[in-house]
Amino acid sequence: MIQAILKRLLGAVPAIIGVVIVTFVLTRALPGDPAAYFAGPAGSTEAIEEIRVKLGLDRSLPEQFVSYVGDLVRGDWGNSLTTGQPVLAEIADRLPASLELTLVGLLLAVVVAIPLGVLAATRPGSWIDHLCRGITTAGVSLPTFFTGLLLAYVFYFLLGWAPSPLGRLDPYTTAPDFVTGFYLIDSLIAGELDTFVSAAKQLILPAITLALFVLAPLARMTRASMLGVLSADFIRTARASGLRPTTVLFTYAFRNALLPVLTTLGMVFSFLLGSNVLVEKVFAWPGIGSFAIEALVASDYAPVQGFVLAMALLYVLLNLLIDVAYGLVDPRARLEA
Amino acid sequence: MSATPSAATPATPVAAARPGAVALWWRNLCYVFGENPLSAIAAGLFVFFIVLAALGPWLVPYDPLASHVGDPLSPPSAAHWFGTDALGRDILSRVIIATRLDLGIAVAAVALSFVVGGLMGSFAGYFGGWFDRISTRVSDTIMAFPLFVLAMGIVAAMGNTVANIVLATAIINLPFYLRVARAEVRVRRDAGFVEAARLAGNGELRVLFHHLIPNILPPMMVQISLNMGWAILNAAGLSFIGLGVRPPEAEWGIMVAEGAQYIVSGEWWIALFPGLVLMLAVFCFNLLGDSLRDLIDPRRRT
Repeated sequence: MIQAILKRLLGAVPAIIGVVIVTFVLTRALPGDPAAYFAGPAGSTEAIEEIRVKLGLDRSLPEQFVSYVGDLVRGDWGNSLTTGQPVLAEIADRLPASLELTLVGLLLAVVVAIPLGVLAATRPGSWIDHLCRGITTAGVSLPTFFTGLLLAYVFYFLLGWAPSPLGRLDPYTTAPDFVTGFYLIDSLIAGELDTFVSAAKQLILPAITLALFVLAPLARMTRASMLGVLSADFIRTARASGLRPTTVLFTYAFRNALLPVLTTLGMVFSFLLGSNVLVEKVFAWPGIGSFAIEALVASDYAPVQGFVLAMALLYVLLNLLIDVAYGLVDPRARLEA
Repeated sequence: MSATPSAATPATPVAAARPGAVALWWRNLCYVFGENPLSAIAAGLFVFFIVLAALGPWLVPYDPLASHVGDPLSPPSAAHWFGTDALGRDILSRVIIATRLDLGIAVAAVALSFVVGGLMGSFAGYFGGWFDRISTRVSDTIMAFPLFVLAMGIVAAMGNTVANIVLATAIINLPFYLRVARAEVRVRRDAGFVEAARLAGNGELRVLFHHLIPNILPPMMVQISLNMGWAILNAAGLSFIGLGVRPPEAEWGIMVAEGAQYIVSGEWWIALFPGLVLMLAVFCFNLLGDSLRDLIDPRRRT
């Protein structure tokens, strides 16, 4: 098992190299001349030339690439012009907020989508099957930023059930001591129940918004793969042998049906991390997505590039985790690795 | 391989099956629409959006860019069906005018990735070798990013213009077309009708363009229609965060963004109508994509 994971880790190396090359190309494709940009409008030609040498822009592209990779490895991801802080520190600071939102959204989606898909597959043509079909088609059509606003309007403005859609805590609550950076967990560790409730209240609407969007592909895939497995010969044999229907459904069918669902999780994470940015903007969530948007608006490019790189590395890591989970569910995948 | 006379006059399955195929296709269409009335609704919506995009400027009751055609922030009324925004612009007119831009961006992006991705995939699948390895590597690298995030990075790096929104959307969709085209060409590369075409003295490129590519078009069309809704969502998402289309231009994503700040104070109509229309457009394309897939490839129905 350990060996398989190590092999898979090595397999992620080309993806990481590709990601770094692309972010390097994006850095060089900056609009305008970075040297002229740093010298300011009053910069003389000599000053621009000096800065060009200082930034290493006079060297060949391969040389620049090597020093770029060196900087990345040393943790020098550039400085944000607006806040003056190192980009890496800013991202590390805000990452837990984004991760908490993403993971809770995913959890909600999985908890709803998988039972829905299984139920729809076991009762084809029933109302629950039609409900599943309706939700899956409507779900992928929802612009996340719009559903978020709609939820905020209904649950905050009309019903008053949710707190104002601004940030991770209401203004009267202080953040719990930093342990994991996840307010839900940290507040429990600190034993502050009020903080937990406040954080959960703030989290629920954005998390539902995210969940609504990724529910569709998950439910659809669960239904399809469950349908496929249920009509397989080994299920017929299991039924004919007189096994209990629940045993057939869960031990035999569900475990096999889970494999394609795990594979779609990769795509689902791509959706999640992307729509995370939009949801963060709608709910003024202080994560790395809203950080990147602020930087974009201010034409501050180092944070944007840092953000793209961080998201890509995170995505590679998540895919790695999915592969490991795949090996846990399917012993065959372990043998092949 | 025995070169029988019939094999010497190669006929692609597409050409050979044509007369019966149209009738069959029509029957299939009626069946799909009968089975799933939603498909018929989607087809109706599609026509509706095409009309809006084509005739928008002649349909709008007010100038979409003119401010103070009504009182600022007035709710929907008989004069302004969708209400007015903070500058007193008519939201109905802006929503209608935006159709052309939104659909235009999506169509241009999808067309670009269809042509480039389709050609790259066909070459990779047919010839294999180094080109196959490089193009597969390129598409894997694109897929190693969360796609919306990559689009953000591309637009940020290349400059904040509508053309770059199109380009970014095309790049993040490229792998899907490349993979479909590559896989479909690969399975047909050594099929009987392709061998026959080769034996008849056609050059490799001619075999690829006249015999293989016409046959991979159906699955590619399905990919296009499944992709359109996503391309619209993506472009609207980019302009929602302030990339691409600049205000005061009317575009659904930007209009939702403009309405976002008013929703917490109860002015719901500014964001609601452009958002609803956007949702409807994406919904329509997704439904059409599903129907088209059922029509062309019933086995993939889920």
